[in-house]
Amino acid sequence: MADSFDLEIATPERLLVKEQVNELQIPGKDGYLGILPGHAALLSELGTGFLSYTCGGSKRYLSIHGGFVEVLPGQVRVLANVAEKAEEIDIEHARKDLQQAQEQVMNPALGVDPAVALDAMAAAQARIDAAEKK
Amino acid sequence: MPSLIDIRRRIRSVKNTQQITKAMKMVSAAKLRRAQDRVIASRPYGALLRKVLVNVAAAVAGDQTMGAHPLLARREERNVLLVLISGDKGLAGAFNANTIKGVQRFVVEHPQASVQLELIGRKGRDFFRKRGAPIHAEHIGLAAKVVYEDVAAIARQAMEMYRNEEIDAVYLIYNEFKSVVAQKLMQSRVLPVDLPQEQAPVDYIFEQPPAEMLGSLLPRYVEMEFYRALLESAAAEHAARMTAMDAATSNAGEMIEKLTLYMNRVRQASITKEIIEVVSGAAAAE
Repeated sequence: MADSFDLEIATPERLLVKEQVNELQIPGKDGYLGILPGHAALLSELGTGFLSYTCGGSKRYLSIHGGFVEVLPGQVRVLANVAEKAEEIDIEHARKDLQQAQEQVMNPALGVDPAVALDAMAAAQARIDAAEKK
Repeated sequence: MPSLIDIRRRIRSVKNTQQITKAMKMVSAAKLRRAQDRVIASRPYGALLRKVLVNVAAAVAGDQTMGAHPLLARREERNVLLVLISGDKGLAGAFNANTIKGVQRFVVEHPQASVQLELIGRKGRDFFRKRGAPIHAEHIGLAAKVVYEDVAAIARQAMEMYRNEEIDAVYLIYNEFKSVVAQKLMQSRVLPVDLPQEQAPVDYIFEQPPAEMLGSLLPRYVEMEFYRALLESAAAEHAARMTAMDAATSNAGEMIEKLTLYMNRVRQASITKEIIEVVSGAAAAE
């Protein structure tokens, strides 16, 4: 069996990754999914977190925030609402976002919908996680 | 007969205009390239989304237990939201006029529907505002830099109205970028969503129930339709402006040529006249 598969990661704005990879971990809505070559066809919604894949021995990270993943034999397509490569993440900015979101969660008087604030918090956390891993 | 100075002044003014149109053409060409890149960059996502949607829809169709999604619900088209995407600036040939004509044609073709307009772009807004057409909303300055979130917000609002049955259909009218010299006016219905059909759907393992996935895929799909239309329109606008400015530049060139010829004729005529005067003056003195 082939020891690699095609990985495409796209956001509405651009195609981020198109590579042959050996192993993939994605943040599904109900927990992380590990994908190896030869995985059965699968469809899932994406949650918030970091995505990692190995390609040619090196490991890469991306932050993902919502979207879908389609797994086909020999091919994986990730449709992310928001995605950023770890090396492109501005970690200081992400930290600031996280802090702001935390304040909004703690302090309902700010008038921000807690669900929105929690969402923003998770997104910022995912970016920090991914950036720290690289 | 105009004097030499007048013609020279005229030529200078046409030259100035030509320089401006030439510069505008270059700017549009550069912007067009960027806009085109963005259209191309958004394509993989759009194509993937469509494929996933087809497969999920097929899985849901097999499942009898669940009712149709509200965004798929068909109703008689009594209240229609018509989203017009025009440009913010003129000097782009028939680009803006075409979109406006498209709206007028739509209204004529749908006499039984009451049409509300959502206007994206200054030119369309100015036109319909002046005529007192029923305007639901207007957005200006979006096309200069198309941001997904901004466009998605417009789409979400339309979907909200659709769910609440305030409107029975949503149509988009925009220019599609065919090539640098050709734009095509498109009229497409985004709501209710027409699910694309496929013969052999893949048998997936669903991490979430298909119906639930359809529920989150559909809004995404509609947002993407809006986004794509806006990107296409932005590219088409630059292309139209580029072509228009190119034509204007060559027209100015022609005009300069004609005026120069005319100027030389006038100059020669005046020289001839002077010579005749001198000669006839000398003849009279003899």
